[in-house]
Amino acid sequence: MIREFGSEDILFLLLATRWTILLTLASALIGGTIALVVAVLRIVPLRPANWLAIGYINLVQGTPVLGQLFIFFFGFSVFGWSVGAWTAAVTAFSIYASAYLAEIWRGGLQSVPKTQWESSAALGLTYLQRLRYIIVPQAVRINIPPTVGFIVQLIKNTSLASVIGFVELSRAGQMLNNATFAPMSIYLTVAAIYFVICYSLSNVSQRLERRIHVAR
Amino acid sequence: MSLVNLEAVHKRFGEFEVLSNINLSVSEGEIVAIIGRSGSGKSTLLRCINGLEPVQQGRITVDGTEVTAANADLNNLRQRVGMVFQSYNLFPHLSVERNVTLALKVVRKTPYAEARDIAHEVITKVGLADKFGAYPDELSGGQQQRVAIARSLAMGPKVMLFDEITSALDPELVGEVLRVLEALAADGMTMLLVTHEMKFAKTVGNRTVFMHEGRIHEEGDSRETLEHPRTPELTGFLDAVLH
Repeated sequence: MIREFGSEDILFLLLATRWTILLTLASALIGGTIALVVAVLRIVPLRPANWLAIGYINLVQGTPVLGQLFIFFFGFSVFGWSVGAWTAAVTAFSIYASAYLAEIWRGGLQSVPKTQWESSAALGLTYLQRLRYIIVPQAVRINIPPTVGFIVQLIKNTSLASVIGFVELSRAGQMLNNATFAPMSIYLTVAAIYFVICYSLSNVSQRLERRIHVAR
Repeated sequence: MSLVNLEAVHKRFGEFEVLSNINLSVSEGEIVAIIGRSGSGKSTLLRCINGLEPVQQGRITVDGTEVTAANADLNNLRQRVGMVFQSYNLFPHLSVERNVTLALKVVRKTPYAEARDIAHEVITKVGLADKFGAYPDELSGGQQQRVAIARSLAMGPKVMLFDEITSALDPELVGEVLRVLEALAADGMTMLLVTHEMKFAKTVGNRTVFMHEGRIHEEGDSRETLEHPRTPELTGFLDAVLH
């Protein structure tokens, strides 16, 4: 039965948007935590740790997210674990985000002048104290714009989770299209919702950046 | 017994020997000026003393701790060895107060109120009591360098290392920093200074060490050494900096 695209469909899309946002948030948080560790492993003066981090980053960045989604969704069942679409999607996107954020943050950590490491070392701070109190706070300021930029990418890329049947914004759009055959109205609405989220985020980042420049 | 002691120290960057057979002993309360051309190894010498640079050969001891030992607790040693750099290197994201209290709180675990009192005392000592809440980029170079000195003083160091601390300053700001050093000297602080301020080296320094091509080329009482250089290298160097 074919029906019209109406206001209840827009509500349906907005409800599905929650899952896009949740998936992005969860992946950014979990991925960000992993990224922090990887970024630090990437810069500590310890070769094996650097190699490990570089290997991880290359492996993740060198393979498509779509493939990673399939691997986590179908791959685990080979070992007898049944993994739901949500778990598979969060795992895949967290790993994806961790590799990219690690590289972004490594750049930020390395852009803090070496003299900051030295002067804090000269005061008796341990390596981790230097990192925590001196280097990371300065790197955060530098890292805000590229990090937000990546999260905007992440929001849009979560649409890939639709292929494993996770009902987020894009998947909801597909489902509505199957019922109404009104692709233009549906996908324009879907695109508009993505745009509003991404644009607001970029806007907040710009304001944050401006404020931080003033207040150091 | 000497507070800082270097025995037969050699330091190489790759093939290049930056420091060659350095022997130097500094007693408590002594003020040693280290002079020499750029690239003569004087800054490296200073950086070896608190372990910022490793050495390949020789022995360095500071306040009873062997810096060159494989298992040396450098973080502990550095609490007793203050160091001030040419480019101040204040922490730009922290206020003057927090620049000074950070190491006290993080390294020493000093309670907040006590750390703040110490900060007040040392910041007042360098004449910046009115800048307690300011951020580094609101201060002049001379003020930043005085905060950097206060930051080191807060840890109550036994010896202070100064690495060309007036070289990055506009000429009219040099005096205020040198006056802080003079006050420290009057308090009896043990100091090693890499400097290009010959007048200061002569009037405040007890001893002057002239570095040339990685070696201590000439050394002795400051006034004597600077007024009557014994080697053509030091004569040439002094001619070059004084004219």
